[in-house]
Amino acid sequence: MTNTATTAAEKPRVAFYWCAGCGGCEEAVVDLAEQILDVVAAVDIVFWPVALDFKRPGVEAMADGSLAAAFINGAIRTSEQLEMARLLRTKSRVVVAFGACAQLGGIPGLANLWDRNSIFQTVYREAPSTANPDGVTPQTSQPVDGETLELPSFADTVRALDQVIEVDYYLPGCPPTAKLIGEAVHALLSGNLPPRGTVLAPDRALCEECPRKDSKPQDLALNAFKRPHELILDRQTCLLAQGVLCLGPATRAGCEARCVQGNMPCSGCFGPTSRVKDFGGKALSGIASLVGSTDEQEIIRILDQIPDPVGTLYRYSLPSSLLQRRRIGAKSA
Amino acid sequence: MADPKATSESTSAGASPAGARRRITIDPVTRLEGHGKIEIFLDELGYVDRAYFQVPELRGFEKFVQGRPAEEMPQITSRICGVCPTAHHMASTKALDALYQVEPPPAAKKIRELFYSTFMVEDHALHFYFLGGPDFVVGPTAPAAQRNVLGVIAKVGVEVGQRVIAMRRRLRELMALVGGKPIHPVLGLPGGVAKAITSDEQKQFQTVAAEAVDFAQFTLELFEDIVLKNAQYLDLILSDTYTHRTYYMGLVDANHQVNFYDGTVRVVSPDGAEWGNFRPAQYLDYVAEHVEPWTYMKFCYLKPVGWKGFRDGSESGVYCVGPLARLNVAEGMATPLAQVAFKDFFDRLKSRPVHATLANHWARVVELLYAAERMKELADDAALTEPEVRVLPTTTPREGIGAVEAPRGTLFHHYQTDERGLITKANLIVATQNNAARIGMSVEKAARQLIRGPDVPEGLLNMVEMAFRAYDPCHGCATHALPGSMPLLIRVRDGTGRVLNSLWRNLDGSIHRE
Repeated sequence: MTNTATTAAEKPRVAFYWCAGCGGCEEAVVDLAEQILDVVAAVDIVFWPVALDFKRPGVEAMADGSLAAAFINGAIRTSEQLEMARLLRTKSRVVVAFGACAQLGGIPGLANLWDRNSIFQTVYREAPSTANPDGVTPQTSQPVDGETLELPSFADTVRALDQVIEVDYYLPGCPPTAKLIGEAVHALLSGNLPPRGTVLAPDRALCEECPRKDSKPQDLALNAFKRPHELILDRQTCLLAQGVLCLGPATRAGCEARCVQGNMPCSGCFGPTSRVKDFGGKALSGIASLVGSTDEQEIIRILDQIPDPVGTLYRYSLPSSLLQRRRIGAKSA
Repeated sequence: MADPKATSESTSAGASPAGARRRITIDPVTRLEGHGKIEIFLDELGYVDRAYFQVPELRGFEKFVQGRPAEEMPQITSRICGVCPTAHHMASTKALDALYQVEPPPAAKKIRELFYSTFMVEDHALHFYFLGGPDFVVGPTAPAAQRNVLGVIAKVGVEVGQRVIAMRRRLRELMALVGGKPIHPVLGLPGGVAKAITSDEQKQFQTVAAEAVDFAQFTLELFEDIVLKNAQYLDLILSDTYTHRTYYMGLVDANHQVNFYDGTVRVVSPDGAEWGNFRPAQYLDYVAEHVEPWTYMKFCYLKPVGWKGFRDGSESGVYCVGPLARLNVAEGMATPLAQVAFKDFFDRLKSRPVHATLANHWARVVELLYAAERMKELADDAALTEPEVRVLPTTTPREGIGAVEAPRGTLFHHYQTDERGLITKANLIVATQNNAARIGMSVEKAARQLIRGPDVPEGLLNMVEMAFRAYDPCHGCATHALPGSMPLLIRVRDGTGRVLNSLWRNLDGSIHRE
């Protein structure tokens, strides 16, 4: 950064990078609105989630540990993402897993219910609009026009960031809120950091900050689970009390119950609190305790009303769960 | 960018020794489903032989949504794109209406369209000021370090900059009010929305909508003063470098006026005649996708016309979506101020359809005005606060197709389910995918205009960026790299892959050579 060498020396250097994600974490940074000008003034952003080849020689040339922090969002799926995550780890004193995909694997992690071949088969061969009589699929190395075009390889398994590099802090959420991002940046700048491994959000269940908290019964006994499209949802009452599977009890607080404020149940994007290893397991045990029956057949009938347990309880966390993935080569459900 | 079949024919005659040929790699920050990369092959004299626009990532939503409950799809598929999650959310919600054969109550439709219009104002404004606009407001030949949103602010004044940031924040706050959160909202359900709008919330919408109309008019004036009054800019917009005679596609209402939320899909041919007008549910009869082995992206084309490679003209099925395409397929705008702007657009560009890709920036401002006016109409609607916003589904689900106009173009969601409403098959045609072939053609054309001999001029950097940014600032916007400061690497290699020289531009706009 020749043009800014003088100022850069005085400001902490920060990197943003994004892997298998949607760009929502980037948009969340822009949603800092007026605050973003303060961030830009306080740090020197040496790169943004970006141009790998271009940045790579520049990043490789940096001294190890010369970046104050790297904020990495998205899960790890391709060879390119893996290489970049490792490089940034070497160059950064602090790595923050930014958002649900980096922290837990996120929604793209649901692809771990399948593998590379079955995904390619669906996308490139079976999609009803796709005309592909020769069965062409993307190749990592493809001769064209007397040259070779290369693509990063696509792994069978989506991984969370801390499954490929050491992570110092986690910013949860899909995406993290502007408030939590602001607080994290402030903590980094002030050097007032919690112990390594901390998730930078309140360590309590979402129910505790939910505006409908007072309407949650002490002892719920449900004889039926309802899906959100099957009933008119009351705007004031606890969603669990209405029979809708809200994951608030298993989910970390910090989002200010935004989905519930939108009159829809929490789907768990903030992940678990520090006391829980496996989010879906925790959610499942919570659900089991809500079932208002001791009769085995009746319990089966009630739980059968949750039609997609894996996709519901591990919506954001399949790669980082104890399950991690479906066995490769196993027959798809 | 050429069809590989045509490629082998055209090069076989004059095949050059491998050592004499060279290639250029441009690795910008882009996002479709991830980044994007451009490879340019040069002949022995240093002229462009072929160019390839590659997308090096895939996430495979069509596969991993299988088994998920259909009613979760608006939230799951919004994760395809965090920049336009609202577009996926809404296309998905409409696919659920079709899946469960349920018609939302009037207030629910109004809330959806109000929410969607608010999103379109916010998204179009972001692109104009932060991404596409700097090329013109500051100038395409201005120093790269100034060609960004800070340069725009320097040119138009700090007050305007603050107004843009504040406007965007207020629009996002309204989206949170209705949808829970602006990124990955939760309002959509089959047959309606999750909650009604209160009269207090309506007042907030009315206040901001009135400001949004002022803001859009101001933006149009700004575009007039800075861009349209500059003959050089107009020449650039209309230059052959950025022109392709293709088909255009977009949603229109019953009067053939632009509609973002609902309607039929109208297609016009390169000469401007109506080629088709179909219901979204018929999309499989009209749209098909071509697969190439060198990219993870699929290329859409008009099925009845057929895939004829990366070329324009009425014989090729390549088509274009987005702001320019929407104006090209429409006969007008449904709101008064936007209608005036629409007429002015075609009168002054003196063609119909307009084939100049860079006119997308102007079309986007016309649409910004429409979105703001439509937002105001809906915010002022007395029936907006009616409490009934849901119709509960009663039929057994099987199949549903929904479409909206995303900021970047037509977006289709198509689901099949089992009798419990669990997804068995999903097909998604994403806005940028519709444009993929034309984007590749534009990149090649820009490269051909600039690369004429061994030296790679620095102007290539911005000209190439402009070639795809004009269509679809989503490439830049996903990363929020600022135009003109988007980091780029250009490497020239010989036929053995050895790097002859390289040129790169850092985020601060500084240029480095090796």
